[in-house]
Amino acid sequence: MNEASIQFRKVSLDFKLANQGAITSFKEWAIRRLTRKLSYRKMRALDHLTFDVPIGATLGVVGDNGAGKSTLLRIAAGILQPSEGIATMRGEISPIIELGTGFEFELSGRENIFFNGALLGRSWSDMNDRVDEIVNFSELGEFIDQPIRTYSTGMIVRLAFAIATTVDPSILLLDEILSVGDQRFQTKCNQRMLGFQERGVTTVLVSHSLSAIEKICSSCLWLDHGQLKAYGPVDQVIAEYLVCVEAQNKGPIPGGAPARATG
Amino acid sequence: MIDSSTTVLVNAAEHRVGTIEELRDLARHSHLLASLVRRDLTVRYKRSIIGFFWTMLNPLLLMIILTIVFSTIFKFEGIEPYAVYFLSEYLVFGFFTQTTVTSMTSLSWNGGLMKKVRVPKSIFAISTTISGLVNLCLAYIPLFIIMLALDAPIRPAVFFLPVAFLIIGVFTLGVSFFLSALAVYFEDVSHMYQVATIGLMYMTPIIYPISIIPYKFLWLVRGNPLTHLFKLARDPIYLGQLPAMHVIQASLISAVVSLVVGWLVFHRLSRNFYQHL
Repeated sequence: MNEASIQFRKVSLDFKLANQGAITSFKEWAIRRLTRKLSYRKMRALDHLTFDVPIGATLGVVGDNGAGKSTLLRIAAGILQPSEGIATMRGEISPIIELGTGFEFELSGRENIFFNGALLGRSWSDMNDRVDEIVNFSELGEFIDQPIRTYSTGMIVRLAFAIATTVDPSILLLDEILSVGDQRFQTKCNQRMLGFQERGVTTVLVSHSLSAIEKICSSCLWLDHGQLKAYGPVDQVIAEYLVCVEAQNKGPIPGGAPARATG
Repeated sequence: MIDSSTTVLVNAAEHRVGTIEELRDLARHSHLLASLVRRDLTVRYKRSIIGFFWTMLNPLLLMIILTIVFSTIFKFEGIEPYAVYFLSEYLVFGFFTQTTVTSMTSLSWNGGLMKKVRVPKSIFAISTTISGLVNLCLAYIPLFIIMLALDAPIRPAVFFLPVAFLIIGVFTLGVSFFLSALAVYFEDVSHMYQVATIGLMYMTPIIYPISIIPYKFLWLVRGNPLTHLFKLARDPIYLGQLPAMHVIQASLISAVVSLVVGWLVFHRLSRNFYQHL
């Protein structure tokens, strides 16, 4: 069980930004090029990250806004290519589940189940076998045949979570979604995620909700301005993170309990 | 559960061997390709028979206008029947412009998708081209009906049409790759391109015969790859014979060059798509 499911080796990522604002039109690009006002600077989003996530581990990722948490998730999803270093993921990766997940808004929930299945390389008949389970878990009932645009945010996240977790991925990536939905659905999600740990599914969870991370995750990674600040057992890393947040805020954490870190 | 075939390795040097990797990735996503094509066609023909005739209405109306204009006001000598001459190329031109324009928008529309899951980015241009080809085949059915109505002979050379469509499809795919990659970076590319298509239409002998072009502009029309490519679709219908060998050769070369250049540009630019979507 010690084999790594996700392996980062000195992974860095730079974004190339145009000076004096982003260029969105060809006209602007051509004019700046002709007047020699075209210059770029690099913004380092991730800086030499090296870590392993063992198979079946649930990793929480914490850090302030802009620390690179979502970027890390996108490299783990294979969407972004590092500028330096190597990232290796073993197994099938679920789409990143986050608010406003990539659904076709004009198609119904049911049609989107098949479309999402195809995204994951699942055939139509394969998804047909799972569609009832997805509908049941998402608790959408008769709404499943309505277009997605009529759904509330919570319903969309429920559907996305139900699809991604029903198709049996070996790597599950979650971006700040566990704060959505009522308490009962959150509990249901947590149970399903604990079940995943037993079945050897590797999960990476990005969240500002430290209590959610403490509840579900076995280990935690703390990112600060793209750098790995700490990686280890969840209580330890969160304690360190809180000390740092406290020092920055120069004040006590309200209520003492790690409810929510400010960005 | 862990299967070595699903291992994803992303590293900074990947782009050097990326073409083979992307092709393999495409093969893995054949279900998605089928799904995208099905989605395109469902949206287009959802209102069943009306949807089908609706797509024909536009070229038909234009044909009526142009037939009236060019058979009564400006007369081209020796083009008979004009409707067959015009439509056999205009339908292909419609496929070309519609596919290239749609693939530009489809890439940015599917940007949300590409930010969530690893999909081969080229899949959107490919699916747009495939659904365009299906539409093109359907659009030829009314043309055959018109030919029967006008008593124009349908000769065995029409069996060359699938080959013609394939070559034109490959050319169109290459242009789609090129334009859609640019359109991600620059939002005004699609506006500029729409003007360019009007220019292209007049640079290609679609509504007029090539014989009316003055000698000093002939190179412009002859050098236009669309002139040869569209002739592949016109000759079997209008002349009832196979296109000349040099036309087929020129078209094949254009198609291959377009695909290779389009792919290379797309592949190079697609590395930084994420920032612009």
